[in-house]
Amino acid sequence: MSSYEIYIAYLTIVRKEIRRFMRIWVQTLLPPSIIMVLYFIIFGNLIGSRIGQMGGFDYMQFIVPGLIMMSVITNSYGNVVSSFYSTKYQGSLEEMLVSPMPNWVILAGYVTGGVARGVAVGAIVTSLSLFFTELEVYNLAIIILVVLMTSILFSLGGFVNAVFANSFDDIAIVPTFILTPLTYLGGVFYSIDLLPDFWAGVSQFNPILYMVNAFRYGILGVSDIPVGYALLVISVFIIALFSYCMHLLNTGKGIRK
Amino acid sequence: MTYALEIDHLHKIYDNGFEALKGISLKVNQGDFFALLGPNGAGKSTTLGVVSSLVNKTKGSVKVFGYDLDTQMSQAKCLMGVVPQEFNFNMFEKVHDVVVQQAGYYGIPRDEAIRRTEQLLKQLSLWDKRDDASRTLSGGMKRRLMIARALVHRPKLLILDEPTAGVDIELRRSMWEFLTRINEQGTTIILTTHYLEEAENLCRNIAIIDQGDIIKNSPMGELLKTINTETIVLELHEPLVKVPQVEGYRLLLVSDTHIEVTLNQGQDINTVFVALTVAGIKVTSMRNKTNRLEELFVNLVTSNKTDLQGVSA
Repeated sequence: MSSYEIYIAYLTIVRKEIRRFMRIWVQTLLPPSIIMVLYFIIFGNLIGSRIGQMGGFDYMQFIVPGLIMMSVITNSYGNVVSSFYSTKYQGSLEEMLVSPMPNWVILAGYVTGGVARGVAVGAIVTSLSLFFTELEVYNLAIIILVVLMTSILFSLGGFVNAVFANSFDDIAIVPTFILTPLTYLGGVFYSIDLLPDFWAGVSQFNPILYMVNAFRYGILGVSDIPVGYALLVISVFIIALFSYCMHLLNTGKGIRK
Repeated sequence: MTYALEIDHLHKIYDNGFEALKGISLKVNQGDFFALLGPNGAGKSTTLGVVSSLVNKTKGSVKVFGYDLDTQMSQAKCLMGVVPQEFNFNMFEKVHDVVVQQAGYYGIPRDEAIRRTEQLLKQLSLWDKRDDASRTLSGGMKRRLMIARALVHRPKLLILDEPTAGVDIELRRSMWEFLTRINEQGTTIILTTHYLEEAENLCRNIAIIDQGDIIKNSPMGELLKTINTETIVLELHEPLVKVPQVEGYRLLLVSDTHIEVTLNQGQDINTVFVALTVAGIKVTSMRNKTNRLEELFVNLVTSNKTDLQGVSA
């Protein structure tokens, strides 16, 4: 295939993926928006007003970046895992496998779909947060970079989950038992400075901590982790997961017989 | 000479140890209409799965119009269209989108993809259904949708894995006409089917696969010539109690109004008709008891099974 043909194949998957989550927006875009509004009301307004300041900011201002990242993470992951697994389950993955398009294009198409949904939900949640607090932009480039890198990383994660999933239950296990706990313990609601040294050390092994803090830095200008280090950690995870996804596609694990 | 498909010593052993293909070799000429027949579990779908790269082979090589599937996969895939046995499109997509998307996967620009999709959906009488979700189509329409999807990138080799399974006879015949037409236009077609009448009517060459081995591979005409016997059923005008004897022929009264006549190679049916006429028996119609190829197929597969049992004993 020529570069132009590869580009068309890539666009075809991206268009299909975006159209899918837009068509079922009641399942994909509305629920995270409602959940985040509840977070803003309960944790930000009701409880936050009693907590006072965190990291030198109102509690609401402190948690908003984390909640936006939480939306980006869960939605980019959820989009790829559900879409790719459905494709595999229905057999329509074969449409792509019999075509001449290279495996990396399939991966790139699904990841772009996941990024698109992660960014779309992130943008909706950010807009909603403006009803509850004022947000300043400390470093726009960092904000964009972190959102893109995070959504790429979790889209790749969703892809791995989908490849190994053998039932719809399997695509719920990782988000429920791994992703949600890591997100809650990833500094969304608190600064790790509040934790005892041991638990602060343990938190360093949580990749979501780096994303939340890097994003918080982009908005508020404060972070528990040096931003450069956070970006490096995210990059390493992306490279590792991308390589693993390509290995799965090339060997046909969970995809080809 | 470059073959449309060239399979050389293809082996497939599944993870559970089952040897689905035991080193089969096969050549399909360009422009051929080729039947790959075999009983359930014989290895037909595995063979086509390897060719369409949905199944990883264990050993051997596959070439499509000279392009090796291992080293020139992209070129090989561009020349192939695959219609699988199971419905495998997104049931929630519209009919039109299923075909347009497939064209996109082959790098065909959207405008051109839409144009080709319209053409194919019209040819396959699906144009009225273009905006319907594909899950709402009838079984026959779903089969036609898969054919449209497989043809949208204009492949030179079309692989059909039981394309008429579950399709009513009228639709089956219209699909035969369509496939014959595209074959005449130069597309090589490889077909698996359980309807042996279909293979006999459409295909010029045939391979029979059983238990992972090709047990017969020859032109259809030559194969049919090897049939030693043929059974014809005669329907009688009036009920009969005893069947008359005709020297050299085996006649069997299967019901009071039906006689089965077994003809050996070289025997004519006229002698039987003369004998029946002399006996005052009026025949109202006649038909073959089974399709000729079916008879041959059953004989081959049965004798292969017996041979293998003999070897293992």
